[in-house]
Amino acid sequence: MTSTHTTTLRLGKKSGLRRVTGLNMVVGLNIASRLWRCVPIMAVLLVWFALVSPAQAEVTPQRAQALLQALDTNDFDAKAEAAKAIAASDAAQKTRWLKALLDGRLARERRGERFYIITDDSGREWPIIDAITFEDAGTGSRRSVDALRINNELRTQLQRLIASLSLGAGDEATRLDAAKRLIGEVDAQSVDAVATQLDNEESPAVRAELETALALYRVEQGDAAALETLSGNLDTRVRNSLATIANSDAAIAAEVEKVLAGIENKRAWYERGQTLFFGLSAGSVLVLAAIGLAITFGVMGVINMAHGELIMLGAYTTWMIQQLLPGQPGLALLLAIPGGFLVAGAFGILIERSVIRFLKGRPLETLLATFGISLILQQLVRTVFSPLNRRVNSPDWLQGAWQINEALSLTLNRLGVLIFCLVVFAALWALMRYTRLGLEVRAVTQNRAMARSMGVRAARVDMLTFGLGAGVAGLAGVALSQITNVGPNLGQSYIVDSFLVVVFGGVGNLWGTLVAGMSLGVINQVLQPWVGAVLAKVIVLVGVILFIQKRPQGLFAPKGRTS
Amino acid sequence: MSLATMFKRNSLLDERSTWITSIVLIVGMLVVVVLNALPPEHAWHLNGSVVTLLGKYLTYMLLALAVDLIWGYLGILSLGHGAFFALGGYAMGLYLTAQEAPLAAWQGVLAYFPVAALAVVLAPGLLALVFGWLAFRSRVTGVYFSIITQALTFALMLAFNRNEMDMGGSTGLTRFDELLGFSLSTEGMSVALFVASGVAVLLAFWGCKAITRSRLGRVCMATRDAEARVRFIGYRVEHVKLAVFVLSAMIAGIAGALYAPQVGIINPSTFAPLFSIEVVVWVALGGRATLYGALLGALLVNYFKTLLTGVMPDAWLFLLGGLFVVVTMFLPQGVAGLMAHLRRRREVAS
Repeated sequence: MTSTHTTTLRLGKKSGLRRVTGLNMVVGLNIASRLWRCVPIMAVLLVWFALVSPAQAEVTPQRAQALLQALDTNDFDAKAEAAKAIAASDAAQKTRWLKALLDGRLARERRGERFYIITDDSGREWPIIDAITFEDAGTGSRRSVDALRINNELRTQLQRLIASLSLGAGDEATRLDAAKRLIGEVDAQSVDAVATQLDNEESPAVRAELETALALYRVEQGDAAALETLSGNLDTRVRNSLATIANSDAAIAAEVEKVLAGIENKRAWYERGQTLFFGLSAGSVLVLAAIGLAITFGVMGVINMAHGELIMLGAYTTWMIQQLLPGQPGLALLLAIPGGFLVAGAFGILIERSVIRFLKGRPLETLLATFGISLILQQLVRTVFSPLNRRVNSPDWLQGAWQINEALSLTLNRLGVLIFCLVVFAALWALMRYTRLGLEVRAVTQNRAMARSMGVRAARVDMLTFGLGAGVAGLAGVALSQITNVGPNLGQSYIVDSFLVVVFGGVGNLWGTLVAGMSLGVINQVLQPWVGAVLAKVIVLVGVILFIQKRPQGLFAPKGRTS
Repeated sequence: MSLATMFKRNSLLDERSTWITSIVLIVGMLVVVVLNALPPEHAWHLNGSVVTLLGKYLTYMLLALAVDLIWGYLGILSLGHGAFFALGGYAMGLYLTAQEAPLAAWQGVLAYFPVAALAVVLAPGLLALVFGWLAFRSRVTGVYFSIITQALTFALMLAFNRNEMDMGGSTGLTRFDELLGFSLSTEGMSVALFVASGVAVLLAFWGCKAITRSRLGRVCMATRDAEARVRFIGYRVEHVKLAVFVLSAMIAGIAGALYAPQVGIINPSTFAPLFSIEVVVWVALGGRATLYGALLGALLVNYFKTLLTGVMPDAWLFLLGGLFVVVTMFLPQGVAGLMAHLRRRREVAS
């Protein structure tokens, strides 16, 4: 009972937003007298409100019946005419009728004159409502009612009619949607209606779409003046239509060609922008994965082959926090940022204390031992969590894409990773530049013996540095969980790339890592359309190998004594 | 204590180890052949699949020998030796599939055994020559070299996974029917390949022994311990490194060529960085800078791998990972070093 009550109240509120009509008065009375029995009727009214523009007046039932009757013919041309007549009439129910007709749910009583709308045609017995009053009319079946049939041609026409009907109604978003659908669909019959609509339209966005639709129609009719409106338009349909005209022997083909060239040029630039964005986002993943390595490798000269598994631990931390907070992926992700950092950092310190510090000055042995640790961590995750990939949900604000225009859209999760990467980089850089720890780290990097003699506790700095590098790997894992599945092999796929980025950028140089990661990402993306994803990667790998031969110190050589 | 002086002191021991290793290898081979020749009802009979498995171990031992030659004696840690192994395997695989259904027109060239045999050593050799020449000339050493060798094998793995390479894509080359006119599915062929692998290991062992005991070997070890000094004395360190690196790659290629027909498949996973790094662990466990240690390590690790992956596959990676850590931390000289240490203690005691 309570739920129906709230429904009633909501209904009352909703009707309050609209212009007061006689029906709204009824609703108001209902609330006042709390007549629960009227709820079904009110539900019907709600539907009525949602579908019917309040600006339209109602026609008499006789007129409505006549309009529907015209549809009941086997001649599809006559049916199309009848549909157009309905669209042109001022019947309040016309959108619903046309939609029902399109769905094959407008039906006529077999023995009688009444028309029904089938609200659900899944079962054997269909619930039906009266087509004119929208009142509940019990159930019908294949035997008692005949659905009006349509063919493909009529279907297209109906879609167009419905689109132009919704142009004049609804909120801005619906109108914009309808206007967008009109591009390339305007024909001789509808052109006047669209032009009238354009005059009445106030929203600039909808106006722009309508103008494009009209201009495209006029150009198709051979009007060169309308070309101006289309120049620089990025819509695919505009481009395709123009291309057809340019290839035909129309009088304006040459001019269309010129405009088309301009459009192609503009699209090409946006596509380059898109490639750059993808490259930077791929590069930011590389930078995130590599930057922790740059710290441990650069500062301690330690090759940490378990770095990829620390990334994996960060990703699994995100997954686990999300399991603990079901339904709140946003909060879980925010908590995972410190969580991933701490978990991976703790593992890093554990590795440093238990293995790496005993292998000081033996980089090749360190490499092997940490590789062993990476195998153990991988198998640990496989045993504890199962070898299957886990999906980490993205919060709403990281889903979908930011559509800047027809040719350029930025996926939000990749954009998020890019921004996150830059923030992490800035934070690390500031840490290295301005804090006591950063100062000590730089001192130990440049000259370990000298730093120690000045009172820097090098062993402690080693431990913290390694923890920091591992923690940053954990952050990379948090970011990666948003763009790829989380599995035991997650880290392995990044380790080779990460090392190359560090070596390419110049060991011990954060800026070098940033530049190297970003440029490798962009180069990879630029090569991809030509040679395919795998070969692009191979070429980049070989390129970096050759580069290291030529310049073993990397892009940015470390300053000072690093030996 | 530098390793070079240790080598000198242990030379007598080393002499003995060479004899022991050679004898163990030969006797082992003979025993396997004899046991296989026993009638199938006999309790001691070894069937063909076991012989093939042992043959596979032998090819791994050969690969370990190649890695030990450059890591143990030259100080170059290659994390991409699986690439040379796989290239040899692919050369052999292309020969084996050339008769049946050639993947591409140029494969016809490899249908002749002498050409294929040449390709087995030339393909890895050439890659090592170009790669090594570039790397050693610009003095890429230590971990940098390790990382770029890993990148090399990773890049090759990606490339061989492509179907456009005409190398069978990710499935690789398989369905080998006959070698030199003999069917590969017979038991006799298993034994023949096993013996061929054993002979290859024996020859490579003697060859590597000869090199390490020669003047070249001395220069190698000196380079490993103090590269700058050797260069200042007047040796062309790059040439020494390059020569030994190419030789090692060729040995790895031969190992791969013997591996492919015994296992019956060669695919891009052989290029995987993990496999290459596993080989390094065999050598580290057995004892680097002792050739018999590399052979011992490869045999031990692979035997236990076969045992464990059958019984409890989950435990294998834990054990392998633990092995990496334990060997590097507590057994820097491997099992061979441990044995030598124990023997010295006994000598001191007596």
